[in-house]
Amino acid sequence: MDTIKYIIKRILQTIPLLIIVSFVSFFIIRLSPVDPLAELKLNPSVSPETVEKETQRLGLDKPIIVQYGKWAISFVKGDLGVTSSGEKVSTKLAERIPNTLLLTIIVILLTWLVGVPLGIIAAVRWKTSLDRVLTVLTSIGMAIPSFFFAVLMLMFAVKTGWFPIGGLTSSNFADMSFGGKFWDITHHLILPVLVLFTISLAGLQRQMRANMLDVLDSDYVKFARAKGLSEGVVIYKHALRNAVNPMITLLGFEFAGLLSGAALTEYVFQYPGLGRLILEAVLKSDINLVMASLMMGAIMLILGNLIADILLIMTDPRIRSKA
Amino acid sequence: MIKEVLRQLWKDKFARIALIVLGLIYFALLFADFIAPYTKDFSDRTMAYVPPSKVFTIDENGKFSKPYTYNYVRDFDQDNLEIKYSLDRSQKHYIKFFGKGQPYKFLGLIKMNRHLFTTDNNGRIFILGTDINGRDVFSRLLFGGRISMTIGFLALFVLFPIGLLYGGISGYFGGKVDMIMMRFAEGIMSIPSFYLLIILASILPSGMTSTQRFLLIVIILALIGWAGFARVVRGMVLSIKNEDYVLAAKSIGASKFRIITKHILPQTTSFVIVAMTLSVPSYILSESGLSFLGLGIQQPDASWGNMLKEAQEFTNILYRPWLLTPGFLIFVSVLAFNLIGDTIRDVLDPKSKVR
Repeated sequence: MDTIKYIIKRILQTIPLLIIVSFVSFFIIRLSPVDPLAELKLNPSVSPETVEKETQRLGLDKPIIVQYGKWAISFVKGDLGVTSSGEKVSTKLAERIPNTLLLTIIVILLTWLVGVPLGIIAAVRWKTSLDRVLTVLTSIGMAIPSFFFAVLMLMFAVKTGWFPIGGLTSSNFADMSFGGKFWDITHHLILPVLVLFTISLAGLQRQMRANMLDVLDSDYVKFARAKGLSEGVVIYKHALRNAVNPMITLLGFEFAGLLSGAALTEYVFQYPGLGRLILEAVLKSDINLVMASLMMGAIMLILGNLIADILLIMTDPRIRSKA
Repeated sequence: MIKEVLRQLWKDKFARIALIVLGLIYFALLFADFIAPYTKDFSDRTMAYVPPSKVFTIDENGKFSKPYTYNYVRDFDQDNLEIKYSLDRSQKHYIKFFGKGQPYKFLGLIKMNRHLFTTDNNGRIFILGTDINGRDVFSRLLFGGRISMTIGFLALFVLFPIGLLYGGISGYFGGKVDMIMMRFAEGIMSIPSFYLLIILASILPSGMTSTQRFLLIVIILALIGWAGFARVVRGMVLSIKNEDYVLAAKSIGASKFRIITKHILPQTTSFVIVAMTLSVPSYILSESGLSFLGLGIQQPDASWGNMLKEAQEFTNILYRPWLLTPGFLIFVSVLAFNLIGDTIRDVLDPKSKVR
């Protein structure tokens, strides 16, 4: 019961946060001297009625606070307006967000599957040559600029021809069987996933190692050892459970970092994700699209943190009692 | 304390190498005008995408000779429809050290025209090739490095005072002030930082001078980073503010501002130093990412990020790998900063075992 109460409280807390985010983003975007509808007005395939409707909807002739209010109301109603090429913003987002989520979730799963065990191994074998090697490797992983690594991978793909270059699907995707489609997407995902995986793995491994070292140094682990428990039980039953908890908090941050890192990687690989969408929107100063994708990015981030917190409640009884 | 940190840095093998590498890089950047064979604005339009010059020390008779190089000549391959460069072996161009070249101002002050190395006659030396406009990549690496390697530091010097003060006020006052200030900081943190970065960069008006643009990018970089830092400072202030010496300062009637800036914030120094060294690399990466997308430092100015912009084209990646050199330099300097930051953290915060 307490858990549910806490979760509801935590969900309610996100609402003021979202309002602040939207406020900040809105004012930043409106600082721009560009006429938000300039592109729309110049597009011959967009009728003057649409432009008029947008002016009305955004309240461009009114003061900025009113504009924000209008924007917020239509946002809550789910009306995100049209892009400068006349498409609906919501369809565009619905097309891109799943792709970004697909990419980030695969990367998070992989980094956890690999990073956590590597962190444990490094901590258990603290100051051995294996630990040293892992430290050097993670230092390297943390220093590669994601876009540069992506460019190198692209170079590799072009030279060997083993991987498709850019995009998420091949041109004949629609005609493929289910298995073919699955393989096609996997094939396209390998390189972007590899880039993001390498970069986020380093941080995760280091964090896990640090947590594990902290826990291995604690009294209850010493006690467990003194009791004569086998090393395996001490590490996997006593130490690991405590070392993983802080990692769950990190999950939210990791998600945030990935969203940012993914933007550049998506750009280089021409991957149809949210990051590239926002970049294209920014370059075209497509206000509706920028605002909506900024909000979506923030919502995804806040949700990521929320999920991490809820997971933490489930795994750590101490937090439940505190709440 | 600084002496002790430096001593420890020198003792650590990796940190020592990192210090030396960074020292060399900054030294080269400081004397860029002299080391670079060409000035910042040099371009030879007939020499677009010339591969790195080949330097010979053994001549065609198999004898040792002073180092010399050949110019490249461009010809058009009719069959494959591509431009090819071949060495023009008719004329040798000897490499001269400390020879006269294009005039520049040494350290921005003294007029000079000697460069570390040049070629005689009308020879051209491009040790790392040229870019699309026939500009020497090596020279631009040096001039671009000046921007890439300083912008992060400048951003930190803008960001840290803001974060310290914000976190200090929020933590010290507590209650409603704290709640409102922290919600706002969390709001900023809830926007994926790179999204915020590109949006802020995109609203910069065009037609600014390069100095203005540089300064605004510094401010933008600072704007995305202060919130997270302020939150940590706030947490530290919360635990410091009930210490006896703070209460003592309060009882002799020190003003709140004085207590925050003189009594509480100095206690966070070692954390600040660690956080600063560990965040330099991320600002270098942010700037290069931004310039890579074309939203940061603009042509004709160079930065490592905008030089890599050319690597976005397949033909460049495949046939002109010398255009990738800025990426390696970013990698090396970020790695060096990380190693130094890790060591400083170990020294100032012995409890942390992340390394």
